[in-house]
Amino acid sequence: MLSIKNLHASIGGKEILKGINLEIKAGEVHAIMGPNGSGKSTLSAVLAGKEDYDVTEGEVIFNGKNLLELSPEDRAREGIFLAFQYPVEIPGVSNVNFLKTAINEIRAYKGLEPMAAKDFLARLKEKQKLVELDGKLANRSVNEGFSGGEKKRNEIFQMAMLEPKLAILDETDSGLDIDALRIVADGVNKLKSNDNATVVITHYQRLLDYIIPDVVHVLYNGKIVKTGPKELALELEEKGYDFIKAEAAV
Amino acid sequence: METITKKNTIKDKLLSEFELSKNSLFGNIELREHAAKSFSEQGIPNRKHEEYKYVNIDLLLKGDFSLTANKTLTSAQTAPAYFLEDAYNAVIVNGIFDTALSKLNDVPKDLHICSLADAVKNYPAVFENYYSKTLDVTADPFTALNTAMAKNGLFIHAAKNSIIEKPIHIIHISSSEENTIIHPRNLIVIEENAQIKIVESYQTIDASAKTFNNALTEMIIDENASLDHYKIQDENDWGFLVNTTHAVQKKQSRFSTHTFILSGSFVRNNLNIALDGEYTESHLNGLYLTNGNQVVDNHTLVDHRKPNCNSNELYKGIIDGKSTAIFNGKIYVRKDAQKTNAFQSNKNILLSDDGTINTKPQLEIYADDVKCSHGTSTGKLDEDKIFYLRARGLSETSAKKLLMHAFASQVVDTIKIDTLREYVEDKISKRFE
Repeated sequence: MLSIKNLHASIGGKEILKGINLEIKAGEVHAIMGPNGSGKSTLSAVLAGKEDYDVTEGEVIFNGKNLLELSPEDRAREGIFLAFQYPVEIPGVSNVNFLKTAINEIRAYKGLEPMAAKDFLARLKEKQKLVELDGKLANRSVNEGFSGGEKKRNEIFQMAMLEPKLAILDETDSGLDIDALRIVADGVNKLKSNDNATVVITHYQRLLDYIIPDVVHVLYNGKIVKTGPKELALELEEKGYDFIKAEAAV
Repeated sequence: METITKKNTIKDKLLSEFELSKNSLFGNIELREHAAKSFSEQGIPNRKHEEYKYVNIDLLLKGDFSLTANKTLTSAQTAPAYFLEDAYNAVIVNGIFDTALSKLNDVPKDLHICSLADAVKNYPAVFENYYSKTLDVTADPFTALNTAMAKNGLFIHAAKNSIIEKPIHIIHISSSEENTIIHPRNLIVIEENAQIKIVESYQTIDASAKTFNNALTEMIIDENASLDHYKIQDENDWGFLVNTTHAVQKKQSRFSTHTFILSGSFVRNNLNIALDGEYTESHLNGLYLTNGNQVVDNHTLVDHRKPNCNSNELYKGIIDGKSTAIFNGKIYVRKDAQKTNAFQSNKNILLSDDGTINTKPQLEIYADDVKCSHGTSTGKLDEDKIFYLRARGLSETSAKKLLMHAFASQVVDTIKIDTLREYVEDKISKRFE
């Protein structure tokens, strides 16, 4: 589904990603772990198409398409979803209205008619339940006045509404208490299928108790320095990132 | 037809037209002569005039202008104008109230709508009491000019304790085939404990030349009365509008005024509100969408004269093209006006590199126990918000449109008349296309 080869990216002339290689297949859950400043958020931003970053080398192929040539909206329309680490507040834009616009622009890209109002409402209801999102929140302005946990839940709600092929969760666990974490993880698990894939980017192992990864990658200093089964996450938790740093230094 | 040649200044021509026509105009001639004298002393403001320093009004008035503005329209010609549904629609053509074009059926008996000349005859006490009493002709040249030259504008009177359910819509139509200066004038009196909604719209119909519109509305909101007021300024490129509003609020009255500037080559608003009684409440909302070479200048003055009053002002603008927007908001808290709450905010989005915004909040506070604040911000559309929306599949264009709508909605949502709000929303949507 996603194939990243030798990806280099920099911001303001400073290289952050220094040759990332990653293969993700449909039905898989990948975890990318790493210490602060290793390039985790840069990787998610580059995949989503944030224009602040310059890709200097490498390629990203997503379902046969050269992802790096697509605008952010076309990436979303092709099925990439980024759950933001810090979702922005957009006063005056209602969640529901914005999701309706998003769904219909994605459908138009695929040559489909706009979604019928009653189908949209049915999906809204179903997905709200799935992520245990209060109906009042869904009708409010996007993230305006939401708590940290509500914002993250709203990200998963949007993901549920848009039904992406590849979801990238950028530190979705940061700032969440254990109850909110469970709800978010539960939502992600329910949305998992054989046709989609999930990339979980996190600093902590705890989220991976709830979203069980097939593969764990360790990102350090702009490169994936270690890849292993889910047990790798536990090892990292136990030994800390210092052992990776020590290994990388060798 | 009187036209001006370039040899004489526009001021001279206006004054000689005044001498020719003054005996045919309604009302008190001494008042008009006093105003004309004051106008003669003040002249047409240029950039040296502190209150008009961002706009070259004297340049706008270069060239030939007709001062008689005696064009009339048929109902077929005014059919394309915007009439408000389920309302009393009064049509003013080039400053003159036209009963035949108006739709004023079933006006309740405690609401009086007529021309100012008829008001002089039929409601002399009200007219004498209030006409030209809220303003100082020596303080502003356009107020002086209008007071001297005003033709037969509109009089609205809501009797004591009346509740007028339907809104009154004053349709100001500018229509000219040669460059013309007009001076529309309204007097609105809301008596004690009455409640009323008034919409003023400024529209251009069947025009092929400039209209310089020097419009003035006086509003008296008496004790415990309530006025919900809207201005929709939507003249086309032929429209050059100076729109002055003088409002006086008495004890415990409520006044909400909303200004929407959707088009017009030049718009200058002077909105002056005197909170002249205790426990009054004033809300001032404004939205301006500018483009091309438009110049839009909003001057507001909130004059807190008595204790325990609240005022709240929010003006927002989206500036595009080579247009210029000016916001100058003055809050004046007099020595006696203790326990005043006065808030003001001006927010702007600058869409283009060539657009200009000048924003100047002014607070003058002479009382010591007050809460006042003001804030202003100007910026581009937030890139992080645009990216967030694009990352969900919205095109850049629709992301920007959505954000502009969201920005404007804070002001648009304050419109309490549903059909009017829909009309304004629709106008705004078309502007964002």
